[in-house]
Amino acid sequence: MPSDYVPILIYLLVATFIAAFALVLPHYLGPRRPNPAKSDTIESGKLSYGDARRRVPVQYYIVAMVFILFDIEVLFFYPWAVLFWDLKWYGLVQIAIFAFLLVESYIYIWKKGAFKWK
Amino acid sequence: MQGIIEYLVSLNLPLLTEGTARFLVLLVVASIVAVVAPASLIILTWLERKIIARIQDRIGPNRAGPFGLLQAVADMIKMFTKEDITPARADRIVYNIAPGLAVFSSVMSFAVIPFAPGFVGTRLNVGLLYIVAVGGLGTLAILMAGWSSNNKYSLLGAFRSVAMLLTYEIPMVMMLVIVAMAAGSMSLADIVDAQRSMWYAVSMPVVFLVFFFAGIAEVGRSPFDLIEAESEIIAGFHTEYSGIKFGMFMIGEYVHMFALSFFSAVLFFGGWHIPFMDVTALPAPWAAIIGLIVLLVKVFFFVFVMMWFRGTLPRFRIDQLLDFGWKFLVPLSLVLLIGVAFVVKLFSPGSSAGIPVPPGPLSGLGIAGEVVGLLVVNLAIAGLAMAVVSALARRSRNKVLRAISAVEPPAAVTAQSKP
Repeated sequence: MPSDYVPILIYLLVATFIAAFALVLPHYLGPRRPNPAKSDTIESGKLSYGDARRRVPVQYYIVAMVFILFDIEVLFFYPWAVLFWDLKWYGLVQIAIFAFLLVESYIYIWKKGAFKWK
Repeated sequence: MQGIIEYLVSLNLPLLTEGTARFLVLLVVASIVAVVAPASLIILTWLERKIIARIQDRIGPNRAGPFGLLQAVADMIKMFTKEDITPARADRIVYNIAPGLAVFSSVMSFAVIPFAPGFVGTRLNVGLLYIVAVGGLGTLAILMAGWSSNNKYSLLGAFRSVAMLLTYEIPMVMMLVIVAMAAGSMSLADIVDAQRSMWYAVSMPVVFLVFFFAGIAEVGRSPFDLIEAESEIIAGFHTEYSGIKFGMFMIGEYVHMFALSFFSAVLFFGGWHIPFMDVTALPAPWAAIIGLIVLLVKVFFFVFVMMWFRGTLPRFRIDQLLDFGWKFLVPLSLVLLIGVAFVVKLFSPGSSAGIPVPPGPLSGLGIAGEVVGLLVVNLAIAGLAMAVVSALARRSRNKVLRAISAVEPPAAVTAQSKP
């Protein structure tokens, strides 16, 4: 029902208000004495060098790709779970086959070394 | 809640129709919850510091107020009056929005929680999806904070938080699917009603444990607190934040932890239901009051368990976390999902949360049969998983041992061992 979303809307307003309130208030409460050392980046006492946004090796990028695949597969479980009682045994066998295919591809990915930390 | 609305309508005030009365009551309830949830920080930080202190054989905060109860208030006053620093090289807009989003996401997750019989914010029919969606916003806030700070440590923390999202999300979603399947609905209020006769944590303990661990990873608390590992990357994603912006990340974390405790209690421990007593059958105001108290007792139990974990468990390394998630939790949750589905279908007693459903072939055994069946399948799958893991671990350990013994001549080993 659309009316179920009214409380969500109310929470949205209240939560935004709280967040904005806490973000704006220190502007007026706190002191403001900037200096170059203070506004520099923290680097454990050493002088900071370079920009942090450079190319960083992300070792788990294959896992990230596999994650997107699996996350989409998992989405198919939601409608099935809600209609679990309506789909009877037919739906259960169908989802078991689907899960089997998922496990099969999962084993393939594992054997290919996707979860290896390089 | 219905009673209050009826009372307001019966006052016959102008403009106060059924619709506006409902809106007003919802607004008041939402405002109370949205204010109380961050304010729970006061009691939660005090509780955490006291419990951790006791675990470490200290006293903990005891100066501000009786038993140090006002410590969190003092902290808040301090944070609000501190200088608010934005690093010169930070991305100003994203940097300033991120802490707001952290608080926003954790407060929003309270919208679907059923607090007591009759006091449910909303019977949203996609409640579980909503939990996952809003929980994901917290990770987005961490990523925004880490990226915009332009600090190497912050960026590392943000990367780790993304890696954690990749790890916990799938097992967590699968466990929520199991609950939705057993209850036949994704609305949290319906799930509570479905646990009237038996809590899911009793019949499906392994499902609950996987959900709880994944949830702790989502909140980013010990033993999964590697996003802010202070001994490795200073403070992780909030290294550059000061004053109340740092405090808002703390508020976000504690409120999120509170919300996770609520979800554990509502989804697996029957919400306001307690054994051998029907709370909903009590007269009008008492059902809500007793129900809320019962729920809060369960919630604070989980809060305590999470603090206990923080006091006792060491931190995971990031590759260990990815291994734990992808090589253990993901296959375990897939097998659990199918196993539980078969058992639920087999033993289905002919009704779920009052809705008639087709009875299974073993429905004659009733609710007891279903509980025992679920318990057996849970423990069997968990035992199987542990056996496979220990066999694999033994194999890889033997491989390492063989490699070592191939390098070092065995004679030297025996010579050393002799006195």
